[in-house]
Amino acid sequence: MSKSGSSHIKASQSHISERVSALPPSGIRKFFDLLSSIEGVISLGVGEPDFVTPWHIREAAIYSLEKGYTMYTSNKGTPELRAELASHLESRFGLTYDPDNEILITVGVSEGVDLAARAILNPGDEVLMPDPCYVAYPASVSLAGGIPIQVPTTEENDFKITADDIEPRITQRTKAILLGYPCNPTGAVLSKEELTQIAELAKRYNLLVISDEVYGRLVYGVEHTCLASLPGMRERTILLNGFSKAYAMTGWRIGYAASDSEIVGAMTKIHQYTMLCASIMGQMAAIEALKAGDSEVEAMVREYDRRRRVIVKGFRDIGLSCFEPKGAFYAFPSIKITGMTSEEFAEKLLMEEKVAVVPGSAFGQCGEGYIRCCYATSLPEIEEALKKMGRFVERHRKAKNR
Amino acid sequence: MKQIFEALEKDARLTAEQISTMTGISVAEVKKSIKKAEEDRAVLKYKAVIDWAKLGEEQVLALVEVKVVPQRDVGFDAIAERIYRFPQARSVYLASGTYDLAVLVAGKSMQEIAVFVSQKLAPLETVQGTVTHFILKKYKEDGEIFEGGEGIKRLPVTP
Repeated sequence: MSKSGSSHIKASQSHISERVSALPPSGIRKFFDLLSSIEGVISLGVGEPDFVTPWHIREAAIYSLEKGYTMYTSNKGTPELRAELASHLESRFGLTYDPDNEILITVGVSEGVDLAARAILNPGDEVLMPDPCYVAYPASVSLAGGIPIQVPTTEENDFKITADDIEPRITQRTKAILLGYPCNPTGAVLSKEELTQIAELAKRYNLLVISDEVYGRLVYGVEHTCLASLPGMRERTILLNGFSKAYAMTGWRIGYAASDSEIVGAMTKIHQYTMLCASIMGQMAAIEALKAGDSEVEAMVREYDRRRRVIVKGFRDIGLSCFEPKGAFYAFPSIKITGMTSEEFAEKLLMEEKVAVVPGSAFGQCGEGYIRCCYATSLPEIEEALKKMGRFVERHRKAKNR
Repeated sequence: MKQIFEALEKDARLTAEQISTMTGISVAEVKKSIKKAEEDRAVLKYKAVIDWAKLGEEQVLALVEVKVVPQRDVGFDAIAERIYRFPQARSVYLASGTYDLAVLVAGKSMQEIAVFVSQKLAPLETVQGTVTHFILKKYKEDGEIFEGGEGIKRLPVTP
């Protein structure tokens, strides 16, 4: 018995799949462990608002619990939330989606990215995406068996991905372009014209576009253009969005996907087996957010804008070049004058001045030489952090030039 | 323009330079707008929200409902003026509902407030009656929560 059994014992020592083993760990995670051991840190390393979810939204969720809404919902999400979303997309962007089969409620945009990748990719299919970009994009594509192809973006070009940079990287295997604008980590925004050029490319090469617009409400002095609203793009766009950033609802984990029924149907198939449905409490809260959350969103945007201007000017004053981010709540200054790598800079800054930032290299090779600083934190903290960083940069710039 | 005063209302100690950075409006323009607003009394004054109890100082507040007889030609304005001239009256509002004027009265003791209401406020000619509510505890003032604010419970680093 043991003899015949032994022939089935695998040579490999590892119980972990090759696909997962090959996946690099998140650069952010490593930093988090270091940070947890230090007290009194000012953190610009977060990726979420410092506002608590507006009270009327929380109250709606509490009320739903009191009324006994504790069960599963439809796989696609509650009909009421999908209907609200359909009218929201109609009034904001003039887009019509059938709430019955073209909208899916997901567990945050994170699940949306994963579902989109798994729904459309065959093994070896390529997905083009900007570098630097949100850490989950390349990972989700790899996990779905696809190959992430990163398109470099630069500070000189305000970290915008362009049709000209995308086109030479399109191959027979290219299935989709994955965009996340306004961009985490850079704060870059694409204009309607720039998006139109990318849309033309997608149409010409018959590509899908996965568009993560979770920061779409957080733009400053510019308009957010929904990619799906461009001519001919609705049917080839998988629009992903959620409530985390605009309504300060990160912990609720509610997002959505909107696209044509074939794609949403495929995504729903995976979602029903792996997730079943998003939490009902979160969905109840999201309905309230859509119905009555606009004034709070606008107030938060005005507050972020004040902080954004303070932090960008602050970086420039201490000698760090910093392009003006027009969206999200991140600034992405260059730290090249110190001669350090992003990781070194972030680690030393944390140890010496107790200020946490995220190394730009965590978001791709093109993020090397930059740091991501979240300004969704109070103004006094931002000012204190800038003071400390100024001291730090001064010290290390001198050390380098000596 | 509105952005200047929104920033100032949140923190009256901001300098013109800081407001300029936050709004993108030039320092000179910020200074000019604030000066004009002060002259027009659109900005009335700059104050702090203080938890006096925490400083060990006693302060008694009462919300006094005042029912009055409005007068020909001047309506409630004349009686409101008679009342707001008293320094004890911190705030005076005309309100809809079962009474007319809501007067927030501050004093060092309940006795002091009682004397003010009975000797000064209630005897005024057109005042028909008063109801005094002593404030027992302050939870929130000018948008600031006194105790047990929610704090920020987020993790220091997130993607």
